[in-house]
Amino acid sequence: MAVWVEVDLCDGCRRCTRECPYDAIEVRDGKARIGDRCTSCGACVDKCHHEAIRSDIQPRVVPDFSEYKGVWVFAEQRAGKLSRVSVELLGKAQELAKQLNEKVSAVLIGYHVTDLANTLIEFGAETVHLVEGPIFKDYRTESYTHVFQELVSAYKPNILIMGATHIGRDLAPRVSRRVGSGLTADCTDLSIDPDEGILLQTRPAFGGNIMATIANRFSRPQMATVRPGVMEVVPAPSTKGTVIPHGSTLTEDKVRTQILEFVKEETPHVDLSKAKIIVAGGRGVNDTAGFELLRELAVALEGELAGTRVAFEAGWIPASSQVGQTGITVRPELYIACGVSGAIQHRAGMSDSRFVAAINKDPYAPIFKVADWGIVGDLFDVVPELTRQLRTACEVMCD
Amino acid sequence: MNIIVLVKQVPNNTEVKLDPKTGNLIREGVDTIVNPDDLQALETAFTLKETHGATITVLSMGPVQAIDALSEAIGMGADKAILLSDRAFAGADTWATSFTLGKAIQRVEKFDLILTGRQAIDGDTAQVGPQIAEYLDLPQVTYVFDIEKLDTGYVQVKRRLEDGYERIQCSLPAVLTIIGGRSKPRYPEISKLLSACTKRAPIEVWNAADIGVTTAEVGMNGSLTQVIKTFAPKFERQSEFLEGSAASVARDLVERFKRNKLI
Repeated sequence: MAVWVEVDLCDGCRRCTRECPYDAIEVRDGKARIGDRCTSCGACVDKCHHEAIRSDIQPRVVPDFSEYKGVWVFAEQRAGKLSRVSVELLGKAQELAKQLNEKVSAVLIGYHVTDLANTLIEFGAETVHLVEGPIFKDYRTESYTHVFQELVSAYKPNILIMGATHIGRDLAPRVSRRVGSGLTADCTDLSIDPDEGILLQTRPAFGGNIMATIANRFSRPQMATVRPGVMEVVPAPSTKGTVIPHGSTLTEDKVRTQILEFVKEETPHVDLSKAKIIVAGGRGVNDTAGFELLRELAVALEGELAGTRVAFEAGWIPASSQVGQTGITVRPELYIACGVSGAIQHRAGMSDSRFVAAINKDPYAPIFKVADWGIVGDLFDVVPELTRQLRTACEVMCD
Repeated sequence: MNIIVLVKQVPNNTEVKLDPKTGNLIREGVDTIVNPDDLQALETAFTLKETHGATITVLSMGPVQAIDALSEAIGMGADKAILLSDRAFAGADTWATSFTLGKAIQRVEKFDLILTGRQAIDGDTAQVGPQIAEYLDLPQVTYVFDIEKLDTGYVQVKRRLEDGYERIQCSLPAVLTIIGGRSKPRYPEISKLLSACTKRAPIEVWNAADIGVTTAEVGMNGSLTQVIKTFAPKFERQSEFLEGSAASVARDLVERFKRNKLI
């Protein structure tokens, strides 16, 4: 792609030099000359009165991708344990593949993980690409990227989705750049456009105040990461799947990282995604003492304590208790939000709760838009009172 | 040792509010900040500068106003800064962004380490760091919360996982994306900050021609993904507001819990 001057037509008028945003044109010996700084932006072309500046810049066209077929899911596993999100993604992949009349495949990489292939088939994978070897024992960015590069160039999948986990969010961008594909992060919905047949990827954007639907028209595979807990698991007991082993050419000297050890952190781990009642706090709770009030309420309800990103970053709650876009997604029977303004990132993680109660000083706080019951007031008055009455209620019922 | 830190200027998210009537984003009076994870990356770089000695170059892509973020970084202790600013860069997705930053990094002299935040609070993608690492063919470690050791040719770091952390050794040069660790980002020093706001400040502004790219490769034209539709998130519930004293609203709430068999 280039811009050039037809010297015979140029009269050295300097209109182009004035127009160029990059100071890339100079007039020498009465003729315009385009230098190294030209970015082919084309700003000069229309300015020339003698049509002396020519350009071969073409309008962008969508290439033909008809040979790319199949919906692929990265089957993330660690130490032989399949991550739940991979199974969730197979559920969505079945739906997408059906609409496209294509097949669902899973990519399983590891060491001694053959058994997991059957699980993947039971949940919808018609093909499992199995890549095994000691070099793949631990997840490492470069080794797994290498495998995806080999598989994508061999099989040309149409769609490739991964969980938006710490591994998926490390691997997906690396693979996308390697195979030359666009990538959409942390999607909360995926669907197929009925006219164009392309993947529509929906995610929160602009500080989360807007949802954006994104398409990947110019490259294949169409890649996305998907938040854990969003898609439904769909068992597919009648699937007849085949396992295709893939022998990778990768050697250890091509991998520049080494896992020295994995340290499991034994935080009192509560599985919030299974909690029936959750009491959550945000910025308005102010401090650890404030969270103590919330904890008492949670205990009175036999529920669990959670919080927003602000609460996690302030150190009031552990990372495993952070609800929202960068935390976890929950669907309890009852979600009580205290001092939570309700930024979309937070709402994205809790709006599927069956009932939501919100306590906030600000009557315009967005949390009220997803609440069944709203209390505009000071949580430091309301929460202890609520705890007290619930304890009494329990005593009455226990009698 | 030379360290490049990539930062982004972002809207101060906590101050972003929706108009209660229209549901639109209220943009007036929204100030900008240096992205929080990027501040952690800067702090990590300054700590390494103190312990190992380093020259720190800060690089950002954004509108001209983003120079404020670079001034702040210089106020905190960075040696020089480069802003990639060009109308042609606008509307870039992470593909085009990582290409543009990657091209610029290739023009910066030799470096040992590239540090950046795990993700920016406006886009939340966490993609640009790894995509730059791939573009430059460098190893990467993401979600880094501690640098244990920095030696000739390698770095030893801790990477956060959902249920613990990994200790990883990585050869240099490398790209590390940083999340909040033990130390709080330092405040800029007033004297340095003032000098960063003068004409002689060590801040350069580069455009598409300076990094040797065509406008078709960057910005919206160079992006592989496009936003095709935006819409307000669904608000599905009509909140019933309970009013009165703390005792009375608590009573009303407990009554509703019981009615719906929640307790």
